[in-house]
Amino acid sequence: MNWLRHLRWPLISPKRLAEIGILGMNGRNIDFISRYNPRHCYPLVDDKLKTKLLAQQHGLSTPQLRLIIQSQHQVNHLAQALADLSAFVIKPARGSGGKGITVITQRDGEQFLKASGQALSLGDLQRHLSNILAGIYSLAGAPDIAIIEDLIQPDPYFRDYSYEGVPDIRVIVFKGYPVMSMLRLSTHASDGKANLHQGAVGVGLDIASGRAIYAVQFGRRVEQHPDTQRPLVEICPPHWSTILTLAVRCQQMTGLGYLGADIVLDAQHGPTMLELNARPGLAIQVANGCGLLPRLRHIEGLSQAHNTPHDCVNYAMQQFATFK
Amino acid sequence: MSRPLFYSLIAFLIVTAIGTAWLRHIYTQIPFLPGEQTTAWIVEARIDFSAQGEPVLLSLNIPEDPPGFQIVSEQTASPGYGFSIVEYDGDRRGEWSIRTASGRQTLYYKIKIIPERSGLSGPHEPQAKPRIEPVFWEESAVVAAEQLLGRARALSSTPQSMTRELIKLLSQPEPGQNAALLLTHHPREVLLEKLLNQAGVPTRLAMGLWLEDARRNQTLTPMLEIYVEGRWIMFDPRTGRQGVPENLLLWQRGGPSLIDLMGGARSQVSFSMIRQTIPTLELAHTQYRESGFDILGIHRLPIEEQGVFKLLLLLPMGALVTVFMRIIIGLRTSGTFMPVLIALAFLQTSLLQGLINFVVIVAIGLLLRSYLSHLNLLLVARIATIIVIVIFIVALISLLGYQLGLNTGMTVAFFPIIIIAWTIERMSILWEEEGPWEVLVQGGGSLLVAVAAYLSMTHPLVGHLSFNFPELNLVLVALIMLMGQYTGYRLSELYRFRDIEQHVRR
Repeated sequence: MNWLRHLRWPLISPKRLAEIGILGMNGRNIDFISRYNPRHCYPLVDDKLKTKLLAQQHGLSTPQLRLIIQSQHQVNHLAQALADLSAFVIKPARGSGGKGITVITQRDGEQFLKASGQALSLGDLQRHLSNILAGIYSLAGAPDIAIIEDLIQPDPYFRDYSYEGVPDIRVIVFKGYPVMSMLRLSTHASDGKANLHQGAVGVGLDIASGRAIYAVQFGRRVEQHPDTQRPLVEICPPHWSTILTLAVRCQQMTGLGYLGADIVLDAQHGPTMLELNARPGLAIQVANGCGLLPRLRHIEGLSQAHNTPHDCVNYAMQQFATFK
Repeated sequence: MSRPLFYSLIAFLIVTAIGTAWLRHIYTQIPFLPGEQTTAWIVEARIDFSAQGEPVLLSLNIPEDPPGFQIVSEQTASPGYGFSIVEYDGDRRGEWSIRTASGRQTLYYKIKIIPERSGLSGPHEPQAKPRIEPVFWEESAVVAAEQLLGRARALSSTPQSMTRELIKLLSQPEPGQNAALLLTHHPREVLLEKLLNQAGVPTRLAMGLWLEDARRNQTLTPMLEIYVEGRWIMFDPRTGRQGVPENLLLWQRGGPSLIDLMGGARSQVSFSMIRQTIPTLELAHTQYRESGFDILGIHRLPIEEQGVFKLLLLLPMGALVTVFMRIIIGLRTSGTFMPVLIALAFLQTSLLQGLINFVVIVAIGLLLRSYLSHLNLLLVARIATIIVIVIFIVALISLLGYQLGLNTGMTVAFFPIIIIAWTIERMSILWEEEGPWEVLVQGGGSLLVAVAAYLSMTHPLVGHLSFNFPELNLVLVALIMLMGQYTGYRLSELYRFRDIEQHVRR
């Protein structure tokens, strides 16, 4: 009967969850997204092309845009258009959850090699682009356009922490203040993707310093990167306050009150905004071992907001420090 | 919208819906529960007489608006006779007529009655005070009557109490000398009438029929009615009980006679009765076709449209279940309302068979779809192809089922083809991008929601209420809106964050 002791009620009590301050899906949707994110601002983040153009206007760093594919006619002439490019990323402008993103790291003669080493022919790319145009990845299946941009050259700092993909830093920004952040490391299990539910490792980062707090994969604590075996607690990304400031400026340019900014460290350009999300997920709380609600309520309760992104970041670094 | 406004809107919706339903329930008597039965009585009057070869006109007093009952239908069986219902100053009579008849004649008059809901028969118009006929007694009875009356008067204060006292005096096991004397000369009810008339209380005799199941050859029982302040109040002349007993059908109130016969002799009326239970719903529909509240009833539509609405009106319940499953439970489904449509298809096929058909169709569709993804088709063309494929699969299953003698196989045609095609397409992309596990999670979630929606929609009470009281769907809308404001945790999140305790930094 010993094994019975290992059985336990598989649910946590809602009361305890509320004490920890975990933000739930319904609470996020009603109390934050629908309250602070005006509907008309959504296209700015749901359409990656619009996000990119807006960021360029505001002088924020994003990967260089190379091509916009809007018609089947352009797909047919893909070979000429791609002639000068060897490492690039194809994205559906209105894809959600990273769907339809294809990363080409190099060319091998006629073949295009993905990060995983899988080879794609020109025909494969054309089919993929046709699918994007037909709206297969967009919400509600509306016709879409594809954008082709430069591949990020990841900062060497993360070389040993990631498998195949580029690590990105998700920062939740609320009303101008960064409230929580997480580094997402792709793994073999996640097929080079940075989505936690697909098996990427999430590392909670201290808002004050960027130091790793805690790492989880598939909802369980991990100490090392499962593929490279590097200890994860040592992580402390460089340019930390620049990263936070970039995230805050992204939030302010969109007009959305509650936003997730995905930021990568480019070897040449430093912190670079990859994409923005008007409905950031909740897994960040697990990676931080901490609920979002107390921090969000704190910001809501501020009587006077700080003026510049810089001041906001400083205030958040003081307020939300994990290591004292 | 502010919170109080929101909640008052919700309350308004619920009150409106339930209020309307309640009113309709009261005025049309459509029952709230399915399969509810009403007791109905079928009472048959049999009239026997001998005709003498002359024109015959027979008129029978028949009930009109008997207190405590409603007449559902009436009919006669009288071969060769003309029949009509006529009214002689407030007195409803059935008249049979024939040019010539001879020998024994038997006529039947049959009514179906149901007990009336209490509280519905509003106050009757006050009736004019009838004239009191002068009372004459035989010499010997005058004193007895006066003494009896005097005693009753001394013990009472109102016409009602006096009537009760008189009946009591007459019904004692050993009536006094006066009562005994009077009773030898008069039937009890006639004596009571005379005494009361003498005391200045107008009276009349009513004829009632005690309803007992499966009785034959019954006769009418005289009841006494006294007139007080514009109303007639009934007393049982034997027990003194006031009011109309529940199981007494008043056949005749006032009026000259029960039966009048011209051209015949030896007429005799006897009654037989039987109790029946009939579905209340059926009764309500046949009976209240003209009622104003009936306008809201779907059953006024042609039968074919009724069938459509029967299905459509179940959808809100399915939507409610879906909303509950997604917001409160947190199940992931493929396509928001796809499960409801699948559940609707299950309604036509039956659950198990529907499930098997659905899984088979989607599985075959997924297999063929994986080939399609190599063909580099545009999305619209691919979906169109899948639609055709699905139709072929459905046709094949139907044919196969038919050949195997399972005519149930045919019902797969009820599946929403387009929805299934989209489901296959979505699942296929999900498979390619997120792997088979996610397909299982979302597919399983969809089926679970579909089954829950199916079970809730097939519940007899739900079907009954949504069809007969469509306004109750407003309650569902209110519930859906309430859930739309729920900011608490989903059940799935209690599972998702179950380990958070160990992660929390202290």
